[in-house]
Amino acid sequence: MKAAELVRDLGWRALSIVGELGRMLLFTVAFLRASLMPPFRGRRFVEEIYNQGFLSLVIVCVSGLAVGMVLGLQGYNTLVRFGAESSLGTVVGLSLIRELGPVLTALLVVGRAGSATAAEIASMVTSEQLDGLRMMSIDPMDIVVAPKALALIFVMPILTTLFVLFGLAGAFFVGVGLMGLDPGIFVSGLKSSIRFSDDIGGCFFKALIFGFLAGLIATFRGYHAAPTAAGVSSATTSTVVVTSVAVLIGDYFVTALWGFRI
Amino acid sequence: MEASPAHDAHVRFDHVRMGFGERAVFQDLTCEFPRGRITILLGGSGSGKSTLLRLLGGLIQPEAGRIYVGDDEVTGASEAALYRIRSKIGMLFQGGALLDSLTIFDNLALPLREHTDLAPDAVASAIHAQLEAVGLTNVDHLLPGQLSGGMLRRAALARAILREPEILLCDEPFSGLDPSSVKRIELLLAKINHERGITVLVVSHHIASTLRLADHALLLLPGRSVEGKPAELQRSEDAEVADFFDEDHSVDDASLTPTESFLP
Repeated sequence: MKAAELVRDLGWRALSIVGELGRMLLFTVAFLRASLMPPFRGRRFVEEIYNQGFLSLVIVCVSGLAVGMVLGLQGYNTLVRFGAESSLGTVVGLSLIRELGPVLTALLVVGRAGSATAAEIASMVTSEQLDGLRMMSIDPMDIVVAPKALALIFVMPILTTLFVLFGLAGAFFVGVGLMGLDPGIFVSGLKSSIRFSDDIGGCFFKALIFGFLAGLIATFRGYHAAPTAAGVSSATTSTVVVTSVAVLIGDYFVTALWGFRI
Repeated sequence: MEASPAHDAHVRFDHVRMGFGERAVFQDLTCEFPRGRITILLGGSGSGKSTLLRLLGGLIQPEAGRIYVGDDEVTGASEAALYRIRSKIGMLFQGGALLDSLTIFDNLALPLREHTDLAPDAVASAIHAQLEAVGLTNVDHLLPGQLSGGMLRRAALARAILREPEILLCDEPFSGLDPSSVKRIELLLAKINHERGITVLVVSHHIASTLRLADHALLLLPGRSVEGKPAELQRSEDAEVADFFDEDHSVDDASLTPTESFLP
């Protein structure tokens, strides 16, 4: 009897996962169709860039500066033991551009803008605003979902760039300003080790992928939220959790596919 | 009286079955709503009154049966066909369903900008005419959150009738409103129906008000439905129907003092 219940439970769970994946696939197709086909919602897109990008500037820049300063401090103290403090620019630059910049920016943006996006759409579900749009023959996918998801995809590379730049500034300040490293050595180490196609290209590619994941998961979770207060809360929490995990797992695969060391 | 066909039916439900999970809402619902009349949908909580409106708008699909708006079938219609059918329907949601992030003006302008080529001046004058029709002025620049419950409901009503629908669906239009706001919405619905000939379907728990307003009533009971004129339903000898109206629904609660309402 217990074995039968276990099999039934497993079956239900498997069906539930398949159903969720199917809904996600249909949602992705609908999102791509709404994004690629007219009408294009330029004004709403710009509003969402402001909401999700501009309003995330402070948190991203301050975090980038702090991470860069910590990297500068830790890197200098470690490298100086081996007499290799001249490599600080290289270490900090590669760490920020290849990994920390895109990943930490994605986690920060998901925590601020992704959760807000999911909560806003979920509360629109709860208050029947999406049904109101449907009853006016207006597709919510077109007017609500697409501008929000596209804006997240668009702002992620820009915010990642800012994070990296502020991180480098923080490391420069600690390494050169506080530890007395020669600024020329810091900058030349940075310039000589960073390859545009591999490092900067990979950084942008990762940021785009993470933006796509964040935009899609946040809007999907909000769109399919249960129309209750608990549903809004669940959509918000699951957006942060699922996207964070997806970013971290996706980071490995993107790194591998882009040609870095596996 | 039971399942009696209404003349010149504008909306028809034909053997509709609907449920959520294991809970059956309608097992075999067949009913009609007359064109150009006000119909009130009655029933206890969970009887499926709001579900009926959502089925009619194509927001959800039944498990079985067919639903018609005029000659158009809602059930099984493609998204494009549903959008065409919905252009004939205006819906007043319980909470208004106006977009929080847009001003009242932009909320009302949205369907016009989406579906018409009207010039901005024409859009503005159409919006002001509708707002005036529902007794709202100087609210253009306000957000929905800045309006009172009654004003919000009237603004949502203005949006629902903006595109001159043939059918107006009202989900609990009086809930949470003070008596004067209830009266105001009631008069507006009567006026809209009278002047524009719109078929109006009202879901409400405010029985006294809606019975005054309605020409036709549909009472949803467990496993069946009963329809007829409101006064006929009130006088019905059917035990379940009588029970429904006996549960103080037929008493005009606005006319009672709090003490009187608790007297045996």
